[in-house]
Amino acid sequence: MSKILEVKNLRTTFFTHLGEVQAVRGISFDLDEGGILGIVGESGSGKSVTSLSIMGLVDEPGKIVEGEIFFQGTDLTKLDHKDMMQFRGNEISMIFQDPMTSINPAFTIGNQLREVIMAHSDLNKDQAHERALELLKMVGIPDPESRIKNFPYQFSGGMRQRALIAMAIANNPKLLIADEPTTALDVTIQAQILELMRDLKDKINSSVILITHDLGVISEICDKVIVMYGGMIMEKADIKNLFAHPQHPYTRGLLLSIPTNVTGKKKRLIPIEGSPPDLMDPPSGCPFSPRCPHAMEICLKKAAPLFKISETQEASCWLHHQDAPEVSGMVKVEGEQS
Amino acid sequence: MSDRIPLLEVRNLKKHFISGILKKRKVLTAVDGIDFVIYKGETFGLVGESGCGKTTIGRTIIRLYNPTDGEILFDGEEIGHLSERELKPYRKRMQMIFQDPYASLNSRMTVTDIIAEGIDTHHLLEGDAKQERIYELLEKVGLKREHASRYPHEFSGGQRQRIGIARALAVNPELIICDEPISALDVSIQAQVVNMLEDLQDEFGLTYLFIAHDLSMVRHISDRIGVMYLGKMMEITTADELYENALHPYTKSLLSAIPIPDPTSSIRDRRVILKGDVGSPINPKPGCRFASRCQYAKPNCFTETPELREIKEGHFASCHYIEEINGI
Repeated sequence: MSKILEVKNLRTTFFTHLGEVQAVRGISFDLDEGGILGIVGESGSGKSVTSLSIMGLVDEPGKIVEGEIFFQGTDLTKLDHKDMMQFRGNEISMIFQDPMTSINPAFTIGNQLREVIMAHSDLNKDQAHERALELLKMVGIPDPESRIKNFPYQFSGGMRQRALIAMAIANNPKLLIADEPTTALDVTIQAQILELMRDLKDKINSSVILITHDLGVISEICDKVIVMYGGMIMEKADIKNLFAHPQHPYTRGLLLSIPTNVTGKKKRLIPIEGSPPDLMDPPSGCPFSPRCPHAMEICLKKAAPLFKISETQEASCWLHHQDAPEVSGMVKVEGEQS
Repeated sequence: MSDRIPLLEVRNLKKHFISGILKKRKVLTAVDGIDFVIYKGETFGLVGESGCGKTTIGRTIIRLYNPTDGEILFDGEEIGHLSERELKPYRKRMQMIFQDPYASLNSRMTVTDIIAEGIDTHHLLEGDAKQERIYELLEKVGLKREHASRYPHEFSGGQRQRIGIARALAVNPELIICDEPISALDVSIQAQVVNMLEDLQDEFGLTYLFIAHDLSMVRHISDRIGVMYLGKMMEITTADELYENALHPYTKSLLSAIPIPDPTSSIRDRRVILKGDVGSPINPKPGCRFASRCQYAKPNCFTETPELREIKEGHFASCHYIEEINGI
């Protein structure tokens, strides 16, 4: 399978007046063509900044300080603003979390859809209108002929998100980045939108990066997952292994802290003690080490490399080193690591 | 269940918000005739999607809003229509924990001032005894003595929520209304707060009204659960019964929409995806509120409003065709 996106040692920092916030601290991953990659993490884990870096939307005082982002062979970090515009909204597009603030309230839905279509194609206004109607139908908005004249406030939250998805897929992007697309929605509407995204992905034949904090959403639609914490990648795995055999203490902690549906006696939740790291002054070793029940001396000093557990799973934890103490469920890996 | 003592009883509670005048007058029926009972020492979960009225119920019970109609009985006394002065002793017995740990703490007050506010209002303690009590409360919620003189901005979201809980506990309440207390917190922090709420309940014999939209967490923490839709109660039963044997078509679709953190789960294939959006609570039409999205709806569902009926022991639902749908 060929790679549509390759991120290499990406490092994005915000230079604020209080100090440097190291939001993304040297991460590498890639996305298979046609795949759905989930990036899961809590607030401050760097998952959104990763997506903004790919989109070239990191603004002052933020900056990509190191690393490369190859999209079909082109390094996006080297492009200037004008060249990037050719990719953004056309080849790569994005769905944001809050459907109210990411649509302009002063223009009709149709107006905004036409703008997106015409910016990247030779269609005239009437043709763009036809295309806009077609898109609204595709994302399941009832009665698109009259809805296209509506302003965003006349749409419900779920419909706004559908309209936003219509804009994102308007030019058949090869890569679609969805940043918490269902977080602001009710659970029954969330189910509708996830269904729609699954559907559309096959129809327009694009690859998807889905960013979320919800492991439930991840397991609904992704085939591969990256777990981020404190600006670094803790674990990369295919969806089955991540849930069945998590190989990083943070992933394990996350899975244990959500309630499972066991009837009868109430099981006590197992929380992860402590709180997430301060990115202004991140721990010099593994970012999870201050909260990790298995933390060793080396963990506090040096972040672990990604140990290759299997063909489809990697984890950044020293417990996989052959000299580390035995922890049940943690696989030992031989040899040098990346 | 009959031997349990009701602490809070809500009867035909209505809360309408009116906007506009004359012909443009709009009535938003946030809560439209709700009945339920919360027994001493239990956790009653209230779930529903945004706009269903669950937060309004919490705020009306604690009398941040005045009810439009209906009764609120706290420990047998009707408190829905008491004046502010008559209400004061009950305010001490009921407290609230809010959703947003950033907005619900006054940023200009120290932690001591925030927690002491209730103690001062009700003249419970003074001087050193008060300070001791504040330290004790901070330790109860997993914070430290040194935190007492700090300001809210120095704390993380989870820690702020702990301060909010300490404030609620300060006046020794019997009932705590928890309005989405964990929704704003990170997943790894949510479990910490939920465990703490459970510990405090055991230690002080607290009763909780737990309002939330996260259905898996509600199941975990609640003894009984009420499901609301557009200002009406759709179903009330015990937590396990609700998740194992939901009767109402809305509850069924709500439960099946929960994303399951297990890629091998087979529930996904049986999923019922609801069509359409939640309707508007403004000037609602008669009939079942859920009828327009219900796959079983018949003509009379759009004209006759169903009553909340006891279908099995302790299991209430409001639907004309509940027996037919479930083959009872």
